[in-house]
Amino acid sequence: MNSTVALLLCGPAAFLATTIMAAGASRLAAATRLVYGATLVISAVLLATAAGHLAGNPGEASATLPLGLPWTGARFRLDGLSAFFLVVVNLGGTITSLYGLGYGRHESLPHRVLPFYPAFLAGMNLVVLANDAFSFLLSWEFMSLASWALVMAHHRDEANRRAGYIYLVMASFGTMALLLAFGLLAGPAGTYAFDAMRTAHPGPFAAGAVLVLMLLGAGSKAGLVPLHAWLPLAHPAAPSHVSALMSGIMTKVAIYGFVRVVFDLLGEPAWWSGVAVLLIGGVTAVLGILHALMEKDLKRLLAYSTIENIGVIFASLGLALAFKANGMPSAAALAFTAALFHVLNHSFFKSLLFFGAGAVLTATGERDMEKLGGLIHRLPVTSFVFLIGCVSISALPPFNGFASEWLVFQAILRSPELPQWGLKVIVPAVGGMLALSAALAAACFVKAFGITFLGRARSAAVERAHEVDRWSLAAMAVLAAFCLLAGILPGFVIDSLSTVTLPLVGERMPVQMAQPWLSIVPIAESRSSYNGLLVFVFITISASLAAFFIHRFASHALRRDIAWGCGFPDAVPAGQYTAVSFAQPIRRVFGGFAFRSRETVDMPAPGALEPARLKVEMHDVAWEIFYQPITGAIDFATERLNHLQFLTIRRYLTLVFLYLVILLLVLALWP
Amino acid sequence: MNGLTFDIAHLLAGSLVLISFMMLYQDRLFALINVFALHAVVLALSVAWQAYIQDAHHLYITAAIALVFKAIVIPVGLHRIIQRLGIHRDIETAVGIGPTMLAGIGLVTLSMVLMLRVTPEADPLAREDLAFALSIILLGLLVMVTRRNAVSQVVGFMSLENGLVLAATGAKGMPLVVEISVAFSILIAFIVIGVFLFRIRERFDSVDIGALDDYRGERR
Amino acid sequence: MISQLAVQGAQMLAVLLLAPLLIGFVRKVKARLVRRQGPSLIQPYRDLVRLMRKEVVLADNASWLFRVTPYLIFAATWVAAALVPTFATGLEFSWTADLIVIVALLGSARFFQALAGMDVGTSFGGLGASREVMIASLAEPAMLLTVFSLALLAGATQLSTVAAFMGSPQVGLRVSLGMSLIALVMVAIAENARIPVDNPATHLELTMVHEAMILEYSGRHLAMIELATFLKLLLYMSLISCVFLPWGLDSGGTGPKSLAIGVATYLCKLTVLAILLAVFETAVAKMRVFRVPDFLGAALMLALLGTLLLFVSRSL
Repeated sequence: MNSTVALLLCGPAAFLATTIMAAGASRLAAATRLVYGATLVISAVLLATAAGHLAGNPGEASATLPLGLPWTGARFRLDGLSAFFLVVVNLGGTITSLYGLGYGRHESLPHRVLPFYPAFLAGMNLVVLANDAFSFLLSWEFMSLASWALVMAHHRDEANRRAGYIYLVMASFGTMALLLAFGLLAGPAGTYAFDAMRTAHPGPFAAGAVLVLMLLGAGSKAGLVPLHAWLPLAHPAAPSHVSALMSGIMTKVAIYGFVRVVFDLLGEPAWWSGVAVLLIGGVTAVLGILHALMEKDLKRLLAYSTIENIGVIFASLGLALAFKANGMPSAAALAFTAALFHVLNHSFFKSLLFFGAGAVLTATGERDMEKLGGLIHRLPVTSFVFLIGCVSISALPPFNGFASEWLVFQAILRSPELPQWGLKVIVPAVGGMLALSAALAAACFVKAFGITFLGRARSAAVERAHEVDRWSLAAMAVLAAFCLLAGILPGFVIDSLSTVTLPLVGERMPVQMAQPWLSIVPIAESRSSYNGLLVFVFITISASLAAFFIHRFASHALRRDIAWGCGFPDAVPAGQYTAVSFAQPIRRVFGGFAFRSRETVDMPAPGALEPARLKVEMHDVAWEIFYQPITGAIDFATERLNHLQFLTIRRYLTLVFLYLVILLLVLALWP
Repeated sequence: MNGLTFDIAHLLAGSLVLISFMMLYQDRLFALINVFALHAVVLALSVAWQAYIQDAHHLYITAAIALVFKAIVIPVGLHRIIQRLGIHRDIETAVGIGPTMLAGIGLVTLSMVLMLRVTPEADPLAREDLAFALSIILLGLLVMVTRRNAVSQVVGFMSLENGLVLAATGAKGMPLVVEISVAFSILIAFIVIGVFLFRIRERFDSVDIGALDDYRGERR
Repeated sequence: MISQLAVQGAQMLAVLLLAPLLIGFVRKVKARLVRRQGPSLIQPYRDLVRLMRKEVVLADNASWLFRVTPYLIFAATWVAAALVPTFATGLEFSWTADLIVIVALLGSARFFQALAGMDVGTSFGGLGASREVMIASLAEPAMLLTVFSLALLAGATQLSTVAAFMGSPQVGLRVSLGMSLIALVMVAIAENARIPVDNPATHLELTMVHEAMILEYSGRHLAMIELATFLKLLLYMSLISCVFLPWGLDSGGTGPKSLAIGVATYLCKLTVLAILLAVFETAVAKMRVFRVPDFLGAALMLALLGTLLLFVSRSL
């Protein structure tokens, strides 16, 4: 057994030990500190191990434990892909634990959170390490159940119970799809080890079915439209640091599952698989961010924006598939690297933003943006780091979100060389969708930051707010620093990803750190290059130059006075723009087809005393098209089958007997 | 064929598609008719250019017909009809501009892909010309489908015919007689529709063809 | 190396100094077109100097973000403007950023501008910010798709390479180029808050977008924002002229004569574009705000169509 893998496997074991300890000691006062401290240390060790593997030794290592099914054992394996995702998971775990050290103290029900938190981390680590279908599915279910328990931490709230129920249903559905996918991959021989699946190549029909099942199984966990319905309910229901883990990290584990099966186990893809993934990715990106724009609950807004980012990642993976299927490995490497880079970036800024939302929740007790406002005066540090998160997620230079989106766009520009007509038409359309979703994301986060932190306080809770504890601030500051660093030194990240891309798509991106001035050049310098560091330096220099000259030569005088506002007295803070009114123009533009929205104004006659009312009606189209018919059908079927519960024993026996006879008949007639 | 001749033919045919899009975008009648006149002028230019590069003199006549009838006579006539009907301030779209444009892009893509796929061995100019012509025809149909007003339906119909002419000249085969007869049938159609418009107007006090549905009891 | 740096530095200063003059020229032409005398050409400079000298009146609850934003907007716009070739291509630092980055830099400036509009918490600021992001959410993708078309033709998103390609005879007359040009012009009109999308001269509350966001600014802060606005107009004009009118551009290191030609042609192009803008603005009326999505939607569709055509016809 390889020592690195052994060390990595000790991690989940240690997490589980922490779970047991937490279950016993969760009512102690020091339990919070103890549990988060332990997970912090364990995650940090795992992070260091995985990062060391990714940076130093590109080889692979595996181990088999005598656990699980008696004749297979549990196989685990570490290669470039799992090392990268281990880095994502444990980096998130480390920083979330750091945040939890402070945030956890405000938890009203620690015994419902503490035992499940390490278990959740253990589950995610094991999924990434698993090397056979059985341990993969077991860890996957473990991860789902632990996160479900965390969603249900505050189960006295009716909305949380509903969220937990829907999450549970969707998670079981997803696992069923995965189970079927692995069943197809295992083939008639029933070899559940990944190594055996890698060498067996399923036929085109089976491969297509596996792709669809993976889109259903991993896609439902990641939040692809139309399987996203549970995500904006469940992610915000959990405590904020767990929301960060679910949104920032667990969706990435789902992406890992998709990549592992589709890029690694399935062999050569067909060109149309790229079309399917691209289209779903593009639609997911646009619909996700449009839904986010309509939200006024800060955490739900963030959850919807996760859906958008998952869409971007899947679109990029779809491009990589299309390139790979057409024998263009260098372009595939570019698209695949862009997807993985965005995975990393999204885990940074989404965790940061959820931490910020948690800090706002701690300070004010509010998630509804329409009751916030003006927090920049009360929470100066939180608002600053939250602003950095907003700038990063809006894909603005020089932060990290832009670097990865830029790579995605460069990959799109490689695609006219693709031979299939379908791809030629769909790729630019998806490029347009991604550009649209990037612009809408900027609008969405102007709203998120502007309504929550700027303007005047809309409720008394804000007036009483004060800055959160040091642990939380430190965690957020670290993530903000990562957002900036990954944005100005993208070449470093791209080079570390080369060990991941090389075995999966057969090529790697050119070495970036050797470029002068640390710029990134994905194809050739005359074609395109980007230097985040210099852009950052230029902006800093020119802003400071401008400030210097102004302060040297212009007037210094400054007077505080009441706001001008075109001379209109505007005394009440309720007169400010709200989250809903801010999104109104965009709702009018896109709402018609995205939400079938309708506005009705009820204006009383002049002189009448009742208030005028504006009513906005919006529909979740995906919910109505996909879910309601299914639930309707199930309701109908259960209604019809209900009377089966009230039969006599003789009739039950008859039913069983008939079933047996039918089975025997089928066997007899089977060709 | 050298690069420049191809480029100019390509540019003219492409501009026709672009102008068809402008027609989709216009929701005021006068602007629509002006854009249609522009469409006809560009068509005449395109046909004349084809006549020049193919050295086919009868195409000049086609170009002249397009210029005189479609760019001058019919737009002026339509202007006067609108003046006399007093509907020049009407704004009308049955479907929103966004979905219409999206549908238009879908149609152009469809015709490009279709034409380029079914004609792999034809020469590039004819291929592109046919693809553009099919796009213009489909866009003309789309204009007709998405408008309520009878006048703009006439305009959509005429622009559809422009697409046919473009296809015919690009394919180097349509005899002059056929073209002239097509042109005259269009003219006659125009006159008939003009008369028809006044009749609708007399009866229903509107040229919204929705009124006809009411008359037939088809509206819900 | 030194001369290249000098050219880069000269260009950065040139755009800064030229931008107010361009605005003054546009205003003058507009005034003359409606038979007014109009303010003098150098009035924008005077305005800037006057604003610099005045004291800043800050709203009571304005935060640090409100005070930092003018410098950030100015810096982002200036860096973007410095990366667009004006009279010479092959600039020393042109490889730091390609066209997509330039679009995104302008996006950053707008992001902060919208935030600053919401900072004081008046209803006007929110109104401006909300409308601005609606306009941007359509204009930005249209711009990016235009960039895609150019990049597909030239095989690069690097602006110097694009300009060099567009100047070479192999480009030919392309339909998709025409579509890109129209889309780019429509985006430029919207982004610079010109008529018919927005009226730069209005202070009527219901019609303003850009002006509503900066309503609370005064003194040196307002001067920085105004200067950034001027720079943005110059940037878009330089972009259009270097991509679609690429004649006379100095290709770098070819001596003072070709530099002089570059400067002269650049000034001519700016003059022509400014006159066109003024004529256009005088000829059309401002749209209602909710007509703007149709206008920009058309730009977006045109850009998309151009890109699609290129994708499909590249295989001929």
